[in-house]
Amino acid sequence: MNIVVCVKQIPDPAAPPAIDEANGTLARSGKLVMDDSDSYGVEMALQLAEQAGGGEVTLVSMAPNGETSGLRTALAMGAAKAILVSDEALAGSDALATAKVLARAVGRVKPDLIVAATESTDGYTGTTPVQLAELLGFPSITFAKQISVSDGKLAVQRQTEVGYDEVECQLPAVVTVTAGVVEPRYPSFKGIMAAKSKPVDQLTLSDLGLDASEVGATGSGQEVLSVVDAPQRASGEIIVDDGEAHQRVVQFLQELKLV
Amino acid sequence: MAVGRVLVVVESVGGQALPASLELLTEARSIAGNVDAIAWGAGGAASLAGEVGGYGAARLFDVGDVGDSLPGPVVAGAISGIVASGDAPEVILIPTTYDCRDIAGRLSVKINRPVITNVIDLEAGDDGIRSVHSLFGGTQIATARFTGDKPWIFVVRAKSFAPLQSGGPAAEVIPVQPGDLDATGAATITSHHVESQTGPKLDEADVVVSGGRGLGTKEAYAMVEELAELLKGAAGASRAIVDAGWVPYARQVGQTGKTVKPTVYIACGISGATQHLVGMKGAKHIIAINKDQEAPIFSVADVGVVGDVHQVMPKLIEAIKALA
Ligand SMILES: Cc1cc2nc3c(=O)[nH]c(=O)nc-3n(C[C@H](O)[C@H](O)[C@H](O)COP(=O)(O)OP(=O)(O)OC[C@H]3O[C@@H](n4cnc5c(N)ncnc54)[C@H](O)[C@@H]3O)c2cc1C
Ligand SMILES: Cc1cc2nc3c(=O)[nH]c(=O)nc-3n(C[C@H](O)[C@H](O)[C@H](O)COP(=O)(O)OP(=O)(O)OC[C@H]3O[C@@H](n4cnc5c(N)ncnc54)[C@H](O)[C@@H]3O)c2cc1C
Repeated sequence: MNIVVCVKQIPDPAAPPAIDEANGTLARSGKLVMDDSDSYGVEMALQLAEQAGGGEVTLVSMAPNGETSGLRTALAMGAAKAILVSDEALAGSDALATAKVLARAVGRVKPDLIVAATESTDGYTGTTPVQLAELLGFPSITFAKQISVSDGKLAVQRQTEVGYDEVECQLPAVVTVTAGVVEPRYPSFKGIMAAKSKPVDQLTLSDLGLDASEVGATGSGQEVLSVVDAPQRASGEIIVDDGEAHQRVVQFLQELKLV
Repeated sequence: MAVGRVLVVVESVGGQALPASLELLTEARSIAGNVDAIAWGAGGAASLAGEVGGYGAARLFDVGDVGDSLPGPVVAGAISGIVASGDAPEVILIPTTYDCRDIAGRLSVKINRPVITNVIDLEAGDDGIRSVHSLFGGTQIATARFTGDKPWIFVVRAKSFAPLQSGGPAAEVIPVQPGDLDATGAATITSHHVESQTGPKLDEADVVVSGGRGLGTKEAYAMVEELAELLKGAAGASRAIVDAGWVPYARQVGQTGKTVKPTVYIACGISGATQHLVGMKGAKHIIAINKDQEAPIFSVADVGVVGDVHQVMPKLIEAIKALA
């Protein structure tokens, strides 16, 4: 079974986020890392390929400046190869434009299954994978908390408001996974060394046959007008517990007539 | 009015529209002269005509009974049919739910229009509609707008608007078809599983007590449940302990979980990560218990107790019991 995992490479979420003043988008010029949310998809894909007794896991990513650091992390976990789409004309792409790019890149692999995260950590639009599925003409099952594949059929436990539904569909299909579906493995030293020589196919827009007017800031049809500081909540009262701090909480609840 | 016609996607459970959809119908009235709704449901959506009409929808497009299919492709197909028919809305408002986010993604491609998601407010101006977004755990506010052709698709977070009835008559029901979906409509639901939950619903409760990784163990979550019950509230959780399998996902508060706006939110052993804050910052009052004085949750707390949950919570529970 051949599986594609969409891997987004993002600015390190531990660092304070920076907004590009010129267009109100997230600054993506520094070093990028694999979005943690995608580590679950990578792990899931590796496990499904193992269970299927073979097949390759291919990573697909769109990122600026030929960035591969995040892809190397996923390759070190065990993925076989990667496709990176990087092109200056892609800057400012929204979710639909991103899905158009990913769809062309995925089309080169002809996978049985495409795995993505339910939403990314930085942009969290949450629609890209479904847009990708529609572009490819595939069914999709989002919010998977458990996945299995047998006889060309995908079976998923999909989160709902009250619990979960069992949902199934034929392959090829797109599935989005939530955090916690599986425990992502840590890359081994051997894995990290092996990742250095794994193939990363670097593509530009023209390789994909896409026109610059369909993607990037121009093709995106939306713009950020302003980003301003939110009004601060009035700072509250901080008490260090000396064994009696709970009394202050009780008093506060009494003031609100909740006890 | 900023626009002529708005279409609101109405999700329903057991023949009743979700509050998130009623909120959008309410908002639609203040940005557009004409409000329509689209809905689906077991036995068809016609039974919702009175309810959506009462919130201002003149017409209800009825997708019918989608059976065991996931609604995403079916409803998106029906909306794209409406758009193609020449009766296109200028704005489509979609609530942020599991099924509705799928609808938004499918629809976006079908009509080749982008989506703006995670909207918390809409502003009507001379040049159309602007969307408002809360960024980085609510520390910053962004305003955005579409620059391309209509219809504009906005996906809006729950509790962004207060639902208010218009007192309008039942909506006129118009049946619509999804068109040919081919493989895209192939996903089917084979069974439903309900994880039991008692007490008030998390997103409707007046008091929410949530626990995080600082509780240390799954067993300690019992303190959160007990305190919630004493205050006639609901028990919530951070994603860390949902991922750890301590509590079901239905309890999660935050970006990927529920948005709550109770009178009081009590965070116990929760650090206050940006993704958690977006789900609870709208609470009228916030109480936090955390042993780390530097925890970001204290920056939004009205009352912050720097202390160990295992010390503070049992005493708090006893003190409240003593008052009862
Ligand atoms: C704060 C903020 C708000 C934004 N709001 C919007 C908005 O409302 N509408 C809009 O269209 N755009 C929006 N954007 C832009 C959007 O985030 C980016 O365009 C991005 O390319 C795609 O969206 P996402 O990361 O939000 O995707 P999501 O739909 O959240 O991503 C889900 C999954 O798809 C896969 N994926 C997404 N992007 C890539 C990629 N580049 N390479 C590989 N896999 C990928 C990953 O598995 C990811 O976890 C916003 C950006 C920011 C920073
Ligand atoms: C795309 C994405 C979406 C996300 N969506 C959500 C979401 O919807 N909801 C959500 O909650 N998170 C979400 N997260 C995760 C979020 O970033 C945090 O990881 C999570 O909220 C942390 O949970 P926590 O506060 O319980 O744990 P931690 O961050 O580990 O905090 C534990 C806290 O407990 C305190 N503590 C420890 N011991 C004690 C003690 N004995 N007494 C008192 N205090 C103690 C510590 O000081 C610490 O502050 C999301 C992340 C991503 C990337």
